[in-house]
Amino acid sequence: MDYTLVVALEMIRAIAWLVLLASGLAIIFGMMRIINFAHGEFLMLGGYTVVISTNAGVNEWVSILILAPVVVGVFGIIVERLVIQRLYGRILDSLLATWGLSMLMMGGVTMIFGNTVQGVSTPFGGMKIGAYQVPIYNFVLIGFAVLVLVAIWCVLKFTKAGLIARATMQNADMAEALGIRTRWVYMTTFGIGSAITGLAGGLLAPVTGVVPTMGMNLVGQSFITVITGGASVIAGTLSSATLLGTISQGVTFLTGPVYGDAALLVTALVLLRLLPQGITGRIFKRSL
Amino acid sequence: MTKLSRRNFLYTTGAAAAATLASPLVARAGTDTIKVGGLHDLSGALDSTGVPMNQVFQLAIKEINDAGGLLGKQVEAVIYDPQSNMSLYSQYATQLALKDKVDVVMGGITSASRETIRPIFHRYNTFYFYNTQYEGGVCDRNEITLGTTPAQTVKRVIPYAMNLYGKKVYTVAADYNYGHITAAWVKRYVEENGGEVIATEFFPLDVAQFGSTISKIQGAKPDFVLSAMVGTSHLGFYRQWAAAGMKSQIPIVSTVYGAGGTEQVILTHEESDGIIASFGYFEAIDNPTNKAFLEKVAQEYPDKKWVMSEISEVTYEGMKIWADAVKEAGSTKRDALLEVLTSGKTYDMPAGKVKIDPKTQHAVRDVYIATCKDGVFGINETFPDSQPEDTQMVCDLIKDPKSNTQYEISL
Amino acid sequence: MEKSVLRDPGFYVMVAIGLAAMLILPVVLDMFTIMQITQYVVLAVFALSLGYIWGFGGILSFGQAAFFGLGAYTFAVAAINIGETTIPLILAFAIPCLFGAALGYFIFYGRLSDVYLGVVTMVVTLLFWKLANHTAGPEYAIGEARLGGFNGIPSIPVMNIPGEPEAMLDPVQMFQVFMGFLIVVYIVLRLLIASDFGRVSIGIRENETRASLLGYDVRRHKLVVFAIGSGIAGLAGAMWATYQAFIDPNAFSMEMSAKALVWVMAGGVGTLVGPIIGVILLQWLTLKLGTMELLNSLAVLGAIMMVLVLALPKGIVPTLRKLIVDGWTLARRKKTGGKADE
Repeated sequence: MDYTLVVALEMIRAIAWLVLLASGLAIIFGMMRIINFAHGEFLMLGGYTVVISTNAGVNEWVSILILAPVVVGVFGIIVERLVIQRLYGRILDSLLATWGLSMLMMGGVTMIFGNTVQGVSTPFGGMKIGAYQVPIYNFVLIGFAVLVLVAIWCVLKFTKAGLIARATMQNADMAEALGIRTRWVYMTTFGIGSAITGLAGGLLAPVTGVVPTMGMNLVGQSFITVITGGASVIAGTLSSATLLGTISQGVTFLTGPVYGDAALLVTALVLLRLLPQGITGRIFKRSL
Repeated sequence: MTKLSRRNFLYTTGAAAAATLASPLVARAGTDTIKVGGLHDLSGALDSTGVPMNQVFQLAIKEINDAGGLLGKQVEAVIYDPQSNMSLYSQYATQLALKDKVDVVMGGITSASRETIRPIFHRYNTFYFYNTQYEGGVCDRNEITLGTTPAQTVKRVIPYAMNLYGKKVYTVAADYNYGHITAAWVKRYVEENGGEVIATEFFPLDVAQFGSTISKIQGAKPDFVLSAMVGTSHLGFYRQWAAAGMKSQIPIVSTVYGAGGTEQVILTHEESDGIIASFGYFEAIDNPTNKAFLEKVAQEYPDKKWVMSEISEVTYEGMKIWADAVKEAGSTKRDALLEVLTSGKTYDMPAGKVKIDPKTQHAVRDVYIATCKDGVFGINETFPDSQPEDTQMVCDLIKDPKSNTQYEISL
Repeated sequence: MEKSVLRDPGFYVMVAIGLAAMLILPVVLDMFTIMQITQYVVLAVFALSLGYIWGFGGILSFGQAAFFGLGAYTFAVAAINIGETTIPLILAFAIPCLFGAALGYFIFYGRLSDVYLGVVTMVVTLLFWKLANHTAGPEYAIGEARLGGFNGIPSIPVMNIPGEPEAMLDPVQMFQVFMGFLIVVYIVLRLLIASDFGRVSIGIRENETRASLLGYDVRRHKLVVFAIGSGIAGLAGAMWATYQAFIDPNAFSMEMSAKALVWVMAGGVGTLVGPIIGVILLQWLTLKLGTMELLNSLAVLGAIMMVLVLALPKGIVPTLRKLIVDGWTLARRKKTGGKADE
């Protein structure tokens, strides 16, 4: 019984992890059809922000919740102005340019901050579930995953900015014709997507080793989650994260992490074959 | 060329850039030097290990030159950065052997990189020092191996931990050659001491999530966990272990924790305290050579964040031992050096006494067991003169000097 | 593409340059440099495989490394077991080609396109990479060849003369044989592109719907192009394995796929010379960056890539070609006294 509960909790945590990893990327990809290959390094930048500011004496929560999103968000806007804005509509060029950016960031962070930075510890400690102990921080991760999704949904659904964003997403030319400055919409979207990614990176900092190359292992999972989900930001991310997280963690518990990861990839392959436009290309079509 | 036109400017700066690109990073001091090659990853995934090794390597050369050089010549380092990329390793190795014609090469970090470059140096008769702890079994007359092998460390730390904690062991290891072989040795020594390995799990090097494993370990209730986890992703294991509040419940013993000299810095003290490890070197070793060595390192690299670990200290040893042999033999020829090196001479190194076993050309050295406290390892016990027994089981270079392979030691 | 390849002087010039390099370079350069160039030759074959399917079939694969790695592993396993290298070389073409056909069936008959095609190929590569990394234990052996996991397979046999396993090629001979492979692959691809089949695939690249309305079987066409590209990538993998004498799972890495993309992109999509030039330029740069300690090599390479995409979006060869053509017309215009030609 305890074990079932622990397994279930671990699955939910895995889903939350995928949601956090992928949300920022999903916004950028869903709204702008731009592939940000430096996504992993944006996460890394968030992690570095937290580690460095915490070591400099800033409160850990302030660094995670405020500094990480702000720093990465601003960095995202700069990148958008300098690079991405020249590449709209050139999905492949954007991929290559951001791949270059990813290497530049990895090398750059190594040069500036070095590759060994004192980490921050995980807050809260453990909690007993029967004979087992789980980190309380898992609940924090799950909570923030829910919060991020709800916040995106509220913004898209209830605010004027959300309406403009949705309009641009559906038909950029028409939106432009109606007097919306799509350039600003894109810039803001990229900034917000980056900020969410920064928050995710910040939240991951206490549970993983923060090193310049940490992004390399995260970018694959993030992409697969976003593409499997399809074009709608919330329904897509949530449905694919749920499916992939459950299957991969289930298999991990039964066999081991290799087959868990392999199961995630195979599931994504089969899904894409059956639903070539991602899950939300066929099901939940009209959702956000 | 009176006006500096844009094209001219581009042309000249371009040429200057090309010139910088084309020259190796240490300027050639003329032809009358002894050249030594250094191959350590200075960028990419392994740079946190490679950079300290390279710094200590250069320090050793500086010391040798300050003391008047070798055979009346200055020693010059030819350093390349293989960028954590195996095909660059093979290219630079070829370059060092054929183009730079160096007298010796120090380097290679992972076993994969060593097995890439070792055959190249063997083919071109370029003397090679491998200074990393590894899984054992290399049998090659062209290579001197100075790092520890499982028979030196695992053999000591297992009974030590079993005495302290109990007989039930849970092994978590990296899913590659080193992890598999270490796990096999762990099983052997645990059983020899009357204990039991209740489970062994392997993790690919890119796995960073250990929630399910930690739950499994909790269910299995071992007396201690033996970790042979490698690389930065695997640091997540220690963090998530501490986050689940397991630090106070089940102790961790590791065969690799602290090997790169950066683990203790990246993890917080709460996460790393209490971990027991066994290596051929710790900063805490109490002898005058070590004290002087650490002082010199601190002087030379005042900004360094890493902790001196076996892998870096042994790189220093490699350079010093080679230089000592050159002086004694009066030559840089490999065979003359090998004669001196395998003559049973004992070297006084920061790590203690080091000797080269003529059968395997591996180091016979002092091995230490230490516990991490406040991010610093304090030594609990010393085992002098530990033999590389694993490699000795399969390799005899006196009988078979032509050998050129890494044996798999079947247990 | 109207004129036949056989009447295009550029084609003969390229083949002649290739043949000249093959015969003259070993005489004028030292062995070490020749070994360096051999590497470019191998990777150029790999780049051509992607340059063909992308530039002349409109198939953008993010997973070309899957076939490269498959070819390399096939060659390694077969060569270690058989003890000679001719049959392994054929297998290293055939098996990735068949696998490419199977994957192509999965993709094109499922009507995956665009980014989704890219992601599927990327996922397949990741899957191979994961599984290859998982083969460290002694139970993962095919015949006499241990797969070796992360550490890979060492001591892969050097290529030998067909039928004579003892007659192994020395580095210079290997360079000449590989150069021969590159020239043959180039000629075959040029002929293929100029054939009826090639014209249809270009038509499909330009406008898939139109091609299909004209009655061409788009799916089958793409499948064949993809399978040929996969086979050539596999061949390049085998060359890589025997050149390095070892192979590890990095052959399957995303980095390998991405490098191929960069070479083609930098050299120019829609040309065959472009990918070759891309390889030479960027590989040379990577190598040189490793010999200096001034800046982090990754950072420099990344910056160069970004600049290339932003400044030369069409790639080096098409940009140069345009410059030359423009210069030519300008010069002619001057000659004819400022009058527009024709």
